[in-house]
Amino acid sequence: MLSTILSGDMPRSRILAALLIAILICLAFAPFIFPGVRSVDTAARICIFIVLVASYDLMLGYGGIVSFAHTMFFGLGAYGVALACTHMGRGFDALLVGSIGGAALAAVLAFLIGLFSLRVRAIFFAMITLAVASAVAVLVSQMSGITGGEDGLNYKIPRELTPAFKFADEKIMGVRMNGKLLNYYLIFTCSLLLFLFMLRVVHSPFGRVLLAIRENDFRAESIGYRVVHYRVAATCMSAAVAALAGALYAIWLRYVGPDTSLSMEVMIDILLMVVIGGMGTMYGAVIGATLFVLAQNYLQGLMGAASEAVEGLPILPELLSADRWLLWLGVLFILSVYFFPTGIVGRLREGKKT
Amino acid sequence: MSHPILKTQDLTVRFGGHVAVDHISCTFNAGELTAIVGPNGAGKTTYFNLISGQIPSSEGSVALNDRDITRMSVAQRTHLGIGRAFQLTNLFPNLSVLENIRLVIQSKAGRGFNMFSMATSHDDLTRPAMEVVERVRLADQADQVVAELSHGNQRKLEVALLIALDPLVYMFDEPTAGMSVDEAPVVLDLIAELKHRKDRSILLVEHKMDVIRTLADRIIVLHNGALAADGDPATVMASDVVQEAYMGKELEDV
Repeated sequence: MLSTILSGDMPRSRILAALLIAILICLAFAPFIFPGVRSVDTAARICIFIVLVASYDLMLGYGGIVSFAHTMFFGLGAYGVALACTHMGRGFDALLVGSIGGAALAAVLAFLIGLFSLRVRAIFFAMITLAVASAVAVLVSQMSGITGGEDGLNYKIPRELTPAFKFADEKIMGVRMNGKLLNYYLIFTCSLLLFLFMLRVVHSPFGRVLLAIRENDFRAESIGYRVVHYRVAATCMSAAVAALAGALYAIWLRYVGPDTSLSMEVMIDILLMVVIGGMGTMYGAVIGATLFVLAQNYLQGLMGAASEAVEGLPILPELLSADRWLLWLGVLFILSVYFFPTGIVGRLREGKKT
Repeated sequence: MSHPILKTQDLTVRFGGHVAVDHISCTFNAGELTAIVGPNGAGKTTYFNLISGQIPSSEGSVALNDRDITRMSVAQRTHLGIGRAFQLTNLFPNLSVLENIRLVIQSKAGRGFNMFSMATSHDDLTRPAMEVVERVRLADQADQVVAELSHGNQRKLEVALLIALDPLVYMFDEPTAGMSVDEAPVVLDLIAELKHRKDRSILLVEHKMDVIRTLADRIIVLHNGALAADGDPATVMASDVVQEAYMGKELEDV
């Protein structure tokens, strides 16, 4: 049963299994374990980034395809929902149309980019994606009549998903039974399903072909697999899932803007999450996204506290000052890549083998 | 009576001014094992590359069962029945032995785009894959990652991929290269077994004369990219052109 849900991909490491279960429980009960606007917001972000990073891993870790357009696909989904909500009014139909429209557009765009550039060398595809992503980002900020430009769009989502909607009067464990809670569980459920879906895809016959192509594309072709077709298919699927993650993000934030969903910064975050977690493992996406989003949200505060604690000592308060959090994040990356070149998940699984 | 399966007509490829394969016209019959010999640089592997499609030809044509495949991709040719094993071991190093072969069976079954079922649940793919693993005597290593196999076992797997593919035309490029004296017979026995399949044609690039003597029904000799001799083993080996171009060197070595 469990094996079927996980598509036969057991964690194969006790520590990894414990980590994954802990993350699942924390996310599943986040509003109750960590009440508070900020912590629930962090939990939702983790859910969404797990899906986004996993979809990137499908392309990079399994397909061996380097793309810099992943935030663009993410953004297409987000803007899809935003535009649908703006023009169709607040309804679930708008959410559905926006998500599916965004995902379809992302898949079509990925198909076109892939068809033109996946035949040739990998570096060319990477460059093309970079160019297209930049072009789309500029386009979105310029077409302010439609997209709101740099300011982005604010819009209304169905009332049932907003704090104003109360479906029960009493509180459970001190948590208000309102639409925000429903919204969180919508995000959580969709993310979980999307993640399990991708786990299934990488362990399907199709996923095996992707692995074969990553290992040795020359031989994959000579045993009868049209490498280009498989690469294009993987890119399209990855793009569509990224767009769905973007749609979830838009539903959660009730706002889209170039900075949150299209910027190069988000792209770099995704890359770091994949590398830290472990490429080609899927579970790496879970670990990478969780650690990264937590660090992004809490490292600053933690350091502020640490800085106060060592007040009076020389240099230390300066080094630990909350303003230096990016420095320490950078140090953490370098250390993690140095000590875990195969990512945290890769490292944990290696430990098991020997 | 054996019928022709593969035919190359004036097959030629030039790299700049250098003619690597020079107007080779040759027909390969079913139930026949043809050894392709010639000194290094004679164009044997290049001729193979033209037939299996790894490089495009400059001139001439390749036909499989009277169907022109000259412009087809490698994967298309594979599906029509051209199978190729490589001189340098060319496998999926981080996948298991069984998975390497399963991928071939899956390709034949055309199930590569199946995305929503578990790969391990396709018993009708795993079972024949396991049969091939047993046939090439790698059953003990079935779950081992290929990179951990000995060189000899990797060569066996290289041949096994082709056996799993079971093409109309088997192309072996020095299948026993680098294998030890006690490992090589396993691979050669496998190839000898294939000869019993009367509807298949086998092409074998080989340097070892004893191997050719035991296996070949026919020998073609390439020299400077051109077809220098073609005929049954005894006649070809006795001919002047072989003595000069190939055997002469071989005799000196002995």
